Amino acid sequence: MRTSIPAFDTTELAPPAEGEIQAVHEAAWRQLLRHRSAVAGLVVLAVYALAALLGPVVFHQYNPAHQDLNAVLLPPSPHHLLGTDNYGRDELLDLVYGSRYTLSLGLLAVVIGVGVGVPLGAASGYFGGWADLLIQRLTDIMLAFPNIVLALALVAALGPGLKNVVIAVGVSSIPNFIRLVRSEALKVRQLPYVEAARALGVPSARILLRHLIPNVLAPVIVLATLQMGLAILVAAGLGFFGLGVQPPTPEWGELLGEGHNYIFRDANLVTFPGLCIFFAVLAFNLVGDGLRDVLDPRLRT
Amino acid sequence: MLTYVVRRLLVAIPTLWGVATGVFIMARLLPGDPARVIAGVLATPEQVEHIRHQLGLDQPLYVQYLDFIGRLLRLDLGVSAHFGSPVAAEIASRIPYTVALAVTAIAIAVILGVSAGIGAAIRRNTPLDLVISALSVFGISMPVYWLGLMLIVLFAIQVHWLPAAGADSPTSIILPAFTLAVFSVGLIARITRGSMLEVLNQDYIRTARAKGAPFRRVVLKHALRNALLPIITTIGLQFGSLLGGAVLTESVFSWPGVGRLLLDSIFFRDYPMVQGLVLLFAVTYIAINLLTDLLYAYVDPRIRYD
Repeated sequence: MRTSIPAFDTTELAPPAEGEIQAVHEAAWRQLLRHRSAVAGLVVLAVYALAALLGPVVFHQYNPAHQDLNAVLLPPSPHHLLGTDNYGRDELLDLVYGSRYTLSLGLLAVVIGVGVGVPLGAASGYFGGWADLLIQRLTDIMLAFPNIVLALALVAALGPGLKNVVIAVGVSSIPNFIRLVRSEALKVRQLPYVEAARALGVPSARILLRHLIPNVLAPVIVLATLQMGLAILVAAGLGFFGLGVQPPTPEWGELLGEGHNYIFRDANLVTFPGLCIFFAVLAFNLVGDGLRDVLDPRLRT
Repeated sequence: MLTYVVRRLLVAIPTLWGVATGVFIMARLLPGDPARVIAGVLATPEQVEHIRHQLGLDQPLYVQYLDFIGRLLRLDLGVSAHFGSPVAAEIASRIPYTVALAVTAIAIAVILGVSAGIGAAIRRNTPLDLVISALSVFGISMPVYWLGLMLIVLFAIQVHWLPAAGADSPTSIILPAFTLAVFSVGLIARITRGSMLEVLNQDYIRTARAKGAPFRRVVLKHALRNALLPIITTIGLQFGSLLGGAVLTESVFSWPGVGRLLLDSIFFRDYPMVQGLVLLFAVTYIAINLLTDLLYAYVDPRIRYD
């Protein structure tokens, strides 16, 4: 009598190979380029990136903070395409230079969110125990504050300025990353090849780096892109209320706030900085949605 | 169900305690000497010392902390440095304005968002769906402070139909409520569309249609009821961002609610007031999340928490 030994599927034990991952990345990129709204977002971001990188090179003879008190609140003219503001700064140049400040505010804030949130979330989900409990309680406490209120409270405590806005907005985005990475870490811990690696005595740090991080990369990229939009929204909001970057540094929110004081004289000064913020947030939301559709079809709405 | 309610309430307590502690620590991070700020620039050192003693700032930190928690338990939020009146009383006088604004905004958001979401779902991949989906993403990308300014320019400066600021006339609430609603309209429309599409693909919907139930009835009775769960969660979670948005909206429109009071107090360096308001926002948010969870359990009989 022949006894059949049940086939043991060893493919389940093997982590995905390098080449496979490469192919998946290329496929995802191609799919993203077919996603119409994501492409629209990418185009807007490319324009902004060009303005931020090349604007100051093209207009190097101008000083963005140059104040000309003989030329305040001028209407649009061939000389000043969008007119001038209350400091006599050229509005268009302000916006071009402002892209640097507003976009880097958003980027740096998200870097803080990812940099602190991902390791904490990974540790929380992977190790469990008291570390998990502590991190989860801290996350709950931070999530108990509406995003803007937490950022406002932090700025009130730290004081206004570029660095403090980055910290305030960055810190208020940390819990979202902790939550996401924790739930992914819980899933990854159960994967057969991760269990196998643990059974073989592979150190935790190596498992986290080799197996967890590649698995959470896609959802973290999606969340980071969407959080960029939110960070810009909040950072520019702080600037708008005079709690962010201080004039005459031209940040979009700060420009909008200055324009607010002259709303009855010149609506341009509130229209264009706001449009710049709106399109930046919109672009990040569109790209984020596109990335989610491509990278994480389970979350498709 | 009752055990679940009680357990959720008990779990909220450590969070509330953590929030209070967080606010206490944040207040200690503040630059400058609160006693000096309250006393004003012209105060003598003795006066500053007197105020410091009054505020208990000369006590060791743990005594201050215990005192802070003890007074919180008695709902004593201290005295406003700017108004000179109790913080709790000043906040209480502003709450009705914020509640009116938030309730109006959430009503607009639910009515517009849910109907737009249903419309987009039943006309999937038509121009209507495209327009609604585009408007939804515009809504969630809109800086509320900018939208507020644009509406002021359009409706108050260009055509003088509505007041630009304040709360003096019955029409004053229209612009701020609409401004505050826009983000939620976009988000609710998106979630409703997604949730409806999922439900409309189910077998029982096809069965109901095959049995000759009118389309309207199938959509509203069979589909919407089952699509409600994610929509309710979104509306509940939305309330937090709505409260945050209220801070910005109220300030743009000089609406005399707690949100504007928070920003004003930050500028006045009125720390007791900032502390009280930040606590109020957190407690409200926790309470609303709790209510959302309970409502969730009520709407879906499949969910049992014992």
